[in-house]
Formats: sequence, C-alpha cells, structure tokens
Amino acid sequence: MSRFRRLLSTPEGVAGLAILAVLLLAALSAPIVSPGDPLRIAGRALLPPFADPAFPLGTDRLGRDVLAGLIYGARTSLAVGLAAAFSAMILGVCVGMAAGFAGRIVDEALMRVVDAFQIVPGFLLALAFVSTIGVSTPVVVLAIALGAWADPARLTRAQVLAIREQDYVASARVIGMHPVEIAFREILPNALPPVLALSATIVAGAILTEAALSFLGLGNPNIATWGSMIAEGRSVLRSAAYLSVIPGAALAVTVLGVHLFSEGLVNALGDDGGRTA
Amino acid sequence: MSGIFCSLRQFSVTYARGNKAAALDRIDLDIKAGERLAIIGESGSGKSTLARALAGLLPDGAKVGGEMHWPALGHPPRPGRDFGFVFQDPGTSLNPLLTIGEQIAEGARRHLGLGWKQALIRAEELLGRVRMPQPDKVLRAFPHQLSGGQRQRVAIAAAVAARPALLIADEATSALDVVVQAEIVRLLDGLVREDGMTLVFITHDIALASGFVDRIAVFRDARLVEAGPVRSVLSAPKSDYTAVMIASHRDLSTPPLIAEASP
Repeated sequence: MSRFRRLLSTPEGVAGLAILAVLLLAALSAPIVSPGDPLRIAGRALLPPFADPAFPLGTDRLGRDVLAGLIYGARTSLAVGLAAAFSAMILGVCVGMAAGFAGRIVDEALMRVVDAFQIVPGFLLALAFVSTIGVSTPVVVLAIALGAWADPARLTRAQVLAIREQDYVASARVIGMHPVEIAFREILPNALPPVLALSATIVAGAILTEAALSFLGLGNPNIATWGSMIAEGRSVLRSAAYLSVIPGAALAVTVLGVHLFSEGLVNALGDDGGRTA
Repeated sequence: MSGIFCSLRQFSVTYARGNKAAALDRIDLDIKAGERLAIIGESGSGKSTLARALAGLLPDGAKVGGEMHWPALGHPPRPGRDFGFVFQDPGTSLNPLLTIGEQIAEGARRHLGLGWKQALIRAEELLGRVRMPQPDKVLRAFPHQLSGGQRQRVAIAAAVAARPALLIADEATSALDVVVQAEIVRLLDGLVREDGMTLVFITHDIALASGFVDRIAVFRDARLVEAGPVRSVLSAPKSDYTAVMIASHRDLSTPPLIAEASP
C-alpha cells in the first residue's frame, strides 16, 4: 500500500498509470463501445476522421471502422505484451535462480544458454520462430518471450549471488530452514524488486515487437492489431495518412505510458532501498 | 549439567584453493556444558572460523580436519534446535522484508511444533525477555524501524526461540557502541543463566568478556594460545601474547594514542 502511494507521489508514475488505465479501460470496454467483429466492413471506404458521427476516426480502405480497430488493437497489444513479458519474467527468474543457487557447472551451462539468446537480436529470433512454426497468438507470445528472458535471468542470477552471502541467509540456515525454503522465503523476495522494475521495460519491448511482427504480416490475421493497421494504411499513406498515424500514435502513447510507469516504479522501489536508518 | 558439551581434537580448517595457510590449526578445546566460554583473539586469529565451524556455516570449499564431537547430544547438532547463533552485524542478520515477529517465530514454529499463532505469542514473550519496550508493536515492525541495539536484541530473541542448549555469539557486540555493548552483554548473561544455556562468546575485547564469562580461550594466528578460567588467565597469563593483549587494553586512564605518537 505504501509502495503504491509512493508510486503515485512521482509525476511520471501518475502519468504512466493514467495512460495505462485509459488503455485498459478502452480495451476492456471494446465489446460495449463497438460490438461485433472490428474487421468487418462497416461503412463507406476511406471516410476521413470526424466526418461521420458513426465513425469518429473514419474508415480504412475496405470500409472498416478505425476506432473499433484501435480499441480491439489495444486488447491485442496489451494482452500479447503482458503475456509475453510475464512468460519472459517467469522463465528468466527461474533460470536465474537455478544458476545462482546451483553454481559451478550448472551456472556455467545456463549462462552460456543465456549468452546465446542475448547475442541474437530478439526481433530476429521472434521473426524466425513465427515464420517457421506458423502464426497464432500463443506462438507470437512465446516468440517474443524467447527474445526477452535473458535479461531478467542475468539480473536474477546476480541478485541471488549477492543475497545468498547475506547474514540473514546464514541466520536462516542456523535456525534450521530448508534450503528450498530459504530460496523462496529469504532470497527470492529480496532479489525480485530490481527484476520487477525491469519487467515494465520488457512489456514495452514486447508490445513493440508484437506490432512489428504484425506489421510484417506475421501476427494473427484474424484479430485487429495496431501493427497490421499501420501496414494496411501504408499503401494509401499520401491520400489517407491518418490510417497509419492513428494506430502509430496509439502505439507510441502505450509504450510511453509503460515507460513512465516503470520509471515511477523504479523511483518508488529506489526510495525503498534508502530507508535503512 | 556437567560434562563436555562439545570437544574438538586436532581440529583444523583450511579455506581451499591456493590459500595453504590454515584458518584453524590443530585446535584442542572442550566446551563444557553450562559454561560461559569466551573465545578471544585479534582479526584473522580464527575465532570466527571456529564459530562458523561449530554452526556448520563454513563455505562449500572449506577443508576440515580433526574431530568435532558433541558428547552431550550424541548426534551432530541440529541448527536452531541445539544451538542458536548471533551474528556480528544486526543490520544485515535480519531479513529486511520479514517482520520482527515472523523472524523470531520461525525458529519456535519449526522446532517446538507450535502453530503460527502460538509461535507469535512466544515471540512476544521473547521480546519481553530481551527487554524490548512495547513487544506487541515491535512484533509487527520491520528491521529498518529499529536501532542497532534493538535489532541485536531481536537477533538474540530469534536465536534462543527454540530453547537451544548452546548459544554462539560471534562478535555480537562489535558493531555496537560501548553503552549498548554493556546492555547486550548483560542481556546475554541473564538469558544464559536463566535457561542454563552454554555460551560461546566470541570477541576481540578481553575486558568486556572477562567481566562475565567463566573461561577464556585465547586464539592467535589460527592456533589456540591458551585456555583457562578467567582469573588465572588474567592474573597469570601463560603466554606472552595474552600478557601483551591484557596490557594493551585501553580505558580512560590510558594515555591517548595520538598524544603518544606526537613528539
């Protein structure tokens, strides 16, 4: 509770939280605001924004409602971004914990695997993965997660290595706690804060990667995504730039919101570390 | 209670890899049941290694030679149940994310078979015994809300939560100021007396220790220099090193160090 209040005391935390709240609200209310398939043909093609009250943001080349695409796209972006970042965090934290605890050969082996994932650009990896296995939302999520789990793994390992030498871990050992219990009750909660701060950045990266994949036509073609909307608008960029600009702006605002939120989170957590007196 | 609680014979510890010098070199020492034994030595003398060896806290690579027996127990000591351990720095020996109550109750819950509620009641009792004001509030506090001396009291309460027979205090007063040191020593003395615990008190401060322990063991360069009852060690030290250490004890009547150095 006090952490939440501290998050709200930073301007970037408030701004980020507000942006994300609006997005979440839009995404959740999509079926109410715009019932039906957002990809269906709803009206006249290439209607500019603010011309027809039925289509406040206009329609695209095929006569699809841009507003509907935008809010359903928010669903996809947030869902895929969060799911990918969550999977990446789980995988990264597990591998980092295992490496930090096991040490020696296991540590070396796991860290070489992490190296292998770190030297391949995450986007290329996702691209290769999706184009080989085929396009579906779980595959896209997995592909993005595979490119993002290496950083949290490294950070977790470093945290575990530092914290396992702390006196309070030794004192947990001398009151007879089981090593597994020490790992989950003493070390993990203390190792997590910086890794959690990293998670927001991973969410932002995942949203961008998802948009890039669907821009290239490697997203799920049956759901509305911002990436595919930008790609669709590209062919009429001169006559109807709004078709690319609107989803592009939505994407930029989302990523900005996530970054602001993470900035606020880091500050709130950072204050936490200072209260030792 | 009489007899030998723990006996060390030709006990050696070497921290592995490259470092050939032993941290403890063929120690012969008996810890008698119910006694208060002070282990005294300068930094690097091996006294903390001894504490960690007794508690099974040596790092993975350490090589141990010789014998360590626990005649009073008849089995290797169970951490927390058979011995409690108080660390030097109370700032780092408490988990910053757990409440004081949880940290003290853990040992009681684990070894005395209490439920969480009973264990918390026991924790409150223990906080009273270590003379913390308002134990019910402290129970819900986090370590950063307490002062150094209070944290060390909490650490002591956590160490004795499961009624161990042996309490090992590794430089438990070194991170505290002199007034608080005296309070903690008085507290340890009281607890050990009331519960009939054996105390191993590790320190570099011979004056502080000699005020309340029964026996003193002096360590230097990984070896046991001498061991004996406080009075005989203080009045008639067998080794020159002990004599030098007693002579170098400083109090207010000693001329200040800086004045000595200036011409």
